[in-house]
Amino acid sequence: MQMEDNNLNIKMVDVCKYFPGVKALDNVNFELRKGEVHALLGENGAGKSTLCKIIAGAQPMTSGEYYLFGEKVTGLTPHAAKEKGISMIYQEFNLVPYLKVYENLFLGKELIKGLNLNKKEMIAKTIEVFDRFQIKIDPEARICDLSNAYKQLVEIAKAVLENAQVLCMDEPTAPLSNREVEILFSLIRSLKAEGVSIIYISHRMEEIFEVADRITVMRDGKYIKTMDADKTDRKELISLIVGRDLTEEYPKRDSVPGEEILRVEHLSTDLTKIRDVSFTLRRGEILGFAGLVGAGRTEVMRALFGADRKTAGDIYLYGKKVTIHKPENAIEQRISLIPEDRKGQGVSLTLNIRENISLVKLKGKEICSLLGINRKKERSVADEYIKALNIKAPSMEQLTRNLSGGNQQKVAIAKWLAVDADILILDEPTRGIDVGAKYEIYLLMNELIKAGKSIIMISSEMPELIGMSDRIVVMQQGKIVGEISGDEVSQEKILEMASCG
Amino acid sequence: MKKKFSFSNIFVYVILIVVVAFFSFSAPDSFLTSNNIFNMLRQVSMIGICSVGMTMVLLTAGIDISVGSVIALVGVVSALLIANTGMPVALAMIIGVLVGTGCGTISGVMVAKFQVPALIATLAMQTIARGFAFILTKGIPVYGLPEDIKVIGQGYMAGIPIPVIIMALVFLLGWWLLEKTRFGRYVYAIGGNEEVARLSGIDVKKGLLKVYALSGFFAGLAGVIMLSRINSGQPNTSEGFEMDVITGAVLGGVSVAGGEGKILNVIAGVLIMGVLSNGMTLLNLDTYWQWVVKGAVLLFAVAFDNMQRARSARIAAEAAGAEA
Repeated sequence: MQMEDNNLNIKMVDVCKYFPGVKALDNVNFELRKGEVHALLGENGAGKSTLCKIIAGAQPMTSGEYYLFGEKVTGLTPHAAKEKGISMIYQEFNLVPYLKVYENLFLGKELIKGLNLNKKEMIAKTIEVFDRFQIKIDPEARICDLSNAYKQLVEIAKAVLENAQVLCMDEPTAPLSNREVEILFSLIRSLKAEGVSIIYISHRMEEIFEVADRITVMRDGKYIKTMDADKTDRKELISLIVGRDLTEEYPKRDSVPGEEILRVEHLSTDLTKIRDVSFTLRRGEILGFAGLVGAGRTEVMRALFGADRKTAGDIYLYGKKVTIHKPENAIEQRISLIPEDRKGQGVSLTLNIRENISLVKLKGKEICSLLGINRKKERSVADEYIKALNIKAPSMEQLTRNLSGGNQQKVAIAKWLAVDADILILDEPTRGIDVGAKYEIYLLMNELIKAGKSIIMISSEMPELIGMSDRIVVMQQGKIVGEISGDEVSQEKILEMASCG
Repeated sequence: MKKKFSFSNIFVYVILIVVVAFFSFSAPDSFLTSNNIFNMLRQVSMIGICSVGMTMVLLTAGIDISVGSVIALVGVVSALLIANTGMPVALAMIIGVLVGTGCGTISGVMVAKFQVPALIATLAMQTIARGFAFILTKGIPVYGLPEDIKVIGQGYMAGIPIPVIIMALVFLLGWWLLEKTRFGRYVYAIGGNEEVARLSGIDVKKGLLKVYALSGFFAGLAGVIMLSRINSGQPNTSEGFEMDVITGAVLGGVSVAGGEGKILNVIAGVLIMGVLSNGMTLLNLDTYWQWVVKGAVLLFAVAFDNMQRARSARIAAEAAGAEA
């Protein structure tokens, strides 16, 4: 099998990667030709990033064969991969912000003349590389003064200086504006002309058709299909990406949303992360928020909840305008936010289960008096929600740090259920938790709806969004691009709206 | 998962017993006498009082290194009021405690409102308070104070030294605040994860402000006791005192990273500091060597704390991995 094709930079045969309980990659085959831009497509969790990590030596594969420039490699380390010419370009830049451009390019491999740094030569070489790719950046500018696009160019130039033959780019355009994307693309084309191969991960279809030569689709850790970019179209790609039907079970509910209770008008935030966002929520409704990573869904909810500063926009509750400057205000208005990052924002890992569950509720008079916290009432509240949510732990005194992800998520939900809010915002409520726990959370959502509460749910899992929501709002690049409900709802439609540029 | 018995919770008491045993053998005639024990407790009382405020500050992942200077300023202000204006001792001391609280409040505003790192804010307060102590006295100690000034620092009540009683009451107050009240819970929540606390509707800034104000208040209390014990307003007293306070709290298992620590263990940590000072003096170890020993104890305590945390994080990661 090997060596039949000198044009292949990378060939991966039947690669598997198991994490405890999860098959992240299941017999994946992948080929990367010299000088091609090869797009990897798939939903979140399809295995694209895992594949890239294996290619770059950041993670070992469980089984399979990996040929790099025709040679079989085993036990690749990130360092060895770099030596062989493989570079990962990460979204969060690996640059030192207060150093200059050329200093970053030569970081760790500075050119020396006698005892001193050879600044002249480093700058000359920097200019040489930049000229080759027609990049216009002052080598002596500090990284922190550059825009994201230029930071990325510097990062790529750094890889080129290290003689990279293969570049993996994971969502490289996510932080870029449209004009900046053009700059990146022209660099990609120059690299291609020099014979560098690029693995390009992106959700944005137009971009892929613009830069990619070939496209490989992955789904649920499996290899689906590889095609030439000019022999396929958007429609085929979407159906390949989505693939499965809505086979997962979502509990039914037969309630009908009631009157409008929340109206958000023209919401915007700093740095135009979100612009002019307006939507409404009705009593007893689950409103889904769809969009790609970085579309601004989380930012909308944080602004609504008072966690981030708003620059414009009004919020109306039951027709009355309300002011929400900080989370305390939102809580007073009976709004809850259960954030996506549960360890960083949802639960306090140094507190135990009981303390986490009562944390928001302490504000009221129910378990707290002048004499202090009523431990007995606090315990009974904690106990109630541990039972209601089926939180598995030996006792309520267990530190949250020692719980599994699913149980931590339940604690994060419990602390907000305990305050009995009218509007619950759930940001990726089922991310990273197993199927059984997911189903329990769906049931719980339905129960809340039955009790007359309203829910806003952000989710990147399309089937879940479609299965649970009454209405779905689609966001893209900080703006709402549409709203769908009823029979119009389909994964294809949402993907189309979320990714069209 | 098992967590019925935690070694680290009683560890500090084990160390206390070991240290006491050591000095009982090394200085059999002088160490374990009731006289010496009361003496030791009286010496440690100011550390104990300040350790309660320090524990709260450390729990929020902050630090207060200004307490020694605040003690000096408080003593000087009270002494001057008594000596120059003939103000009643009690009133002058109350004003002194308020001055301490004010110093803490200013540090708190800097940390909470202007987000000055705690180390810098209280370092500045350390210098400012010490500066004022010297400015107000022109560098000359304030003598000639009336007899009744000695009561609070040198007096007895029911055979127990008054400063020891105050320390016990302050520990009780600290325990109640941290274990039983909403304020205490918020202190733990802020130190554990400030963003979680904020998103839970907790006013983080107010919490931080209160904690530093309390630290200043307790330093004020310690300041008037110091004034009473040395019977004069000394602008250069209690230099490096915060070192003993921080060491006591950290020995008691308070994490310098915030969020973890119990006041009950801090009591043992403070007592270890007292026993060490007292015992080393009985053994005629000179002051400079005592500094070396105390510094080494602080390093040991923090290193041990870090190792413990790394271990429990590893265990938790394994447990979570096994369940995933």
